[in-house]
Amino acid sequence: MNPLSVLVGKAVRRASKLRGGGSALPGLVVERLDPGFMGRALSTLEHGVMVVSGTNGKTTTTKMVVELLEGQGLKVFTNRTGSNFTRGVAAALLGEVDWRGRLEADIAVLELDEAHAVHFVNLVRPKYSLLLNVLRDQLDRFGEIDATTRLLSKIAAATTGTVILNREDPRVAGLAPTVRDAGVVYFGLDPSLRSTFPNDDELRGATGVPAPSDLPADVVLEQVEGNGAVFGVGGKSVPADLRLRGVYNIFNAAAALAAARTVLGGAADEDALFASLSAVEPAFGRGESLTVDGQPLELVLVKNPSGFRLGLKSFDPAGTATMIAINDNYADGRDMSWLWDVDFDSLSAGGVDLVTGVRAYDMALRLKYDDVEVRGVEPEIPAALKAFIAGSPGRPKRIFCTYTAMLAVRRELSKITTVEVVS
Amino acid sequence: MSKGSIHILQLYPREMNIYGDWGNVLVLKQRLAWHGYDAVISEHNAGDSFPDDADLIIGGGGQDSGQLVIQEDLQAIGPRLRGLAEDGQPMLAICGLYQLFGRFFKTVDGTVIPGIGVLDLETHGGKERLIGNVVATSGEFGEIHGYENHSGQTFLGAGVTPLATVTKGEGNNARDNHEGARHHNVVASYLHGSLLPKNPAIADFLIRTAVERKYGTFEPGEVDDTLADLARRHAGSRPR
Repeated sequence: MNPLSVLVGKAVRRASKLRGGGSALPGLVVERLDPGFMGRALSTLEHGVMVVSGTNGKTTTTKMVVELLEGQGLKVFTNRTGSNFTRGVAAALLGEVDWRGRLEADIAVLELDEAHAVHFVNLVRPKYSLLLNVLRDQLDRFGEIDATTRLLSKIAAATTGTVILNREDPRVAGLAPTVRDAGVVYFGLDPSLRSTFPNDDELRGATGVPAPSDLPADVVLEQVEGNGAVFGVGGKSVPADLRLRGVYNIFNAAAALAAARTVLGGAADEDALFASLSAVEPAFGRGESLTVDGQPLELVLVKNPSGFRLGLKSFDPAGTATMIAINDNYADGRDMSWLWDVDFDSLSAGGVDLVTGVRAYDMALRLKYDDVEVRGVEPEIPAALKAFIAGSPGRPKRIFCTYTAMLAVRRELSKITTVEVVS
Repeated sequence: MSKGSIHILQLYPREMNIYGDWGNVLVLKQRLAWHGYDAVISEHNAGDSFPDDADLIIGGGGQDSGQLVIQEDLQAIGPRLRGLAEDGQPMLAICGLYQLFGRFFKTVDGTVIPGIGVLDLETHGGKERLIGNVVATSGEFGEIHGYENHSGQTFLGAGVTPLATVTKGEGNNARDNHEGARHHNVVASYLHGSLLPKNPAIADFLIRTAVERKYGTFEPGEVDDTLADLARRHAGSRPR
């Protein structure tokens, strides 16, 4: 044990909180002072560590797994809102450990970005890993999606207990042979829902109905109707009403159920599991609904083509004012090509009220080629948001935004309504 | 009334479409309509018989695994593509197919993947990827804006000319300042973005050439490129 590094780290954490600064600095300090800190703190947990990774849905799925396990009485450590880098985990740990560096929890459920997850599993071998999907996203960081698949295979190989895989994504299901020291559990979709969730190969060019998977799944999403869903669990069909919005979140619920059932083994209280699932609220910016001028305003985070497609499919545009905010900062991805892998036909009936962000004109150009009317373009987000709200009184509003555009939108919204601002 | 119909053939859209390559097809289709022509879009996938009536051929980038899948078929249709290119057929080849339109691709470990020799150029695998925004200038098409993401480095032979000269970014390789290649009516480039939306001059060159080859003359329509101009201006001001 190294109480000194814990104390220094905690002090830096307190200081940077007072300054209102970023969440990763204390993690950096403790990583430098005491590289073994994280491994030691996480090694004593009864149920070990679960890593949640993949291109889309990490934040929401992690939140669901945490709440499902807490509903069964477990004390869960997790990394919240956006700090899905190793350093963010270390920073979050500093807030929770006692002065000797001990963490009082039964399990850690950690969302990790694909590249950082590999760094993390070299330091701490997870007992469980939940691998969601491999879709084209931020190719300027990862090169190509086969490279992303190789990153996930390293997580699978390092896992000691059970690897939970999406059987509908061939790149993820194909990781099973790389699992060395663990068992494999799958989650999946009823064949009737396959076309709703295209994998990367089906995004463009592929035709016809995909062949159903014959891998056995622990949890299958059988039906989706609005916010209601039916899950196939252990041979039974269980209906559930969810507060989460968006079909993509509902497939993630199947992933979270499979993960929680794996951790709990035979001890799962199924009724409580579904009660917890029904109570899960959307994560930050993932179909979150705010109130502005007495009207609902929804924020939909779009980070890559499949996420944008599912976002468009999940929210009916009729009667709703629509704004799209596209930035190209490092966290958003600098290459605008991804906008051309999304179909915007569903917006053509009502058009788009306003397009904003650094790459507003790229987005407006994209919409022009799908014959979608754009009623205004204003690259500056604060001015655009003001005009958007003023221009659509008495109507519900929806903003599709990339990551840094969403941070900017939230900063502006926080001046007029209650919204969590994350720096 | 339609002034005519142009058949756009997409090469291997399943394997070779890694980032926004559909955007190039969509732009050709829509601009043909705006100019008053119909577009018929079809696909050539591995194992298909190659059509006789394509007017404009377009191919994109793929991952290493995708390139393996199409390799054999591409070799089989290679002589057809070479003949069409020599005959003046307009073609657009981006990234992965740009490389395979050349003579060969030599990987980092020394494996030589044969190309189809439509273009006199060779590509050598590099350890580092060249990634980022690119601005290049061309006498033919003016300023070209796009985004590169490739590890292969391409060097042009005497039988082709560069598409453009890079003013920001790397382009074909880290040594000379060439970006892309031109030969007869073939345009080849590393640039995504997608390339054609923000570079309508290239799109209209391909369209005009295809229409003139088929109908003798091209009668352009009125196309408003204000948004493309604004998107270009903003793209040019972004960091590498």
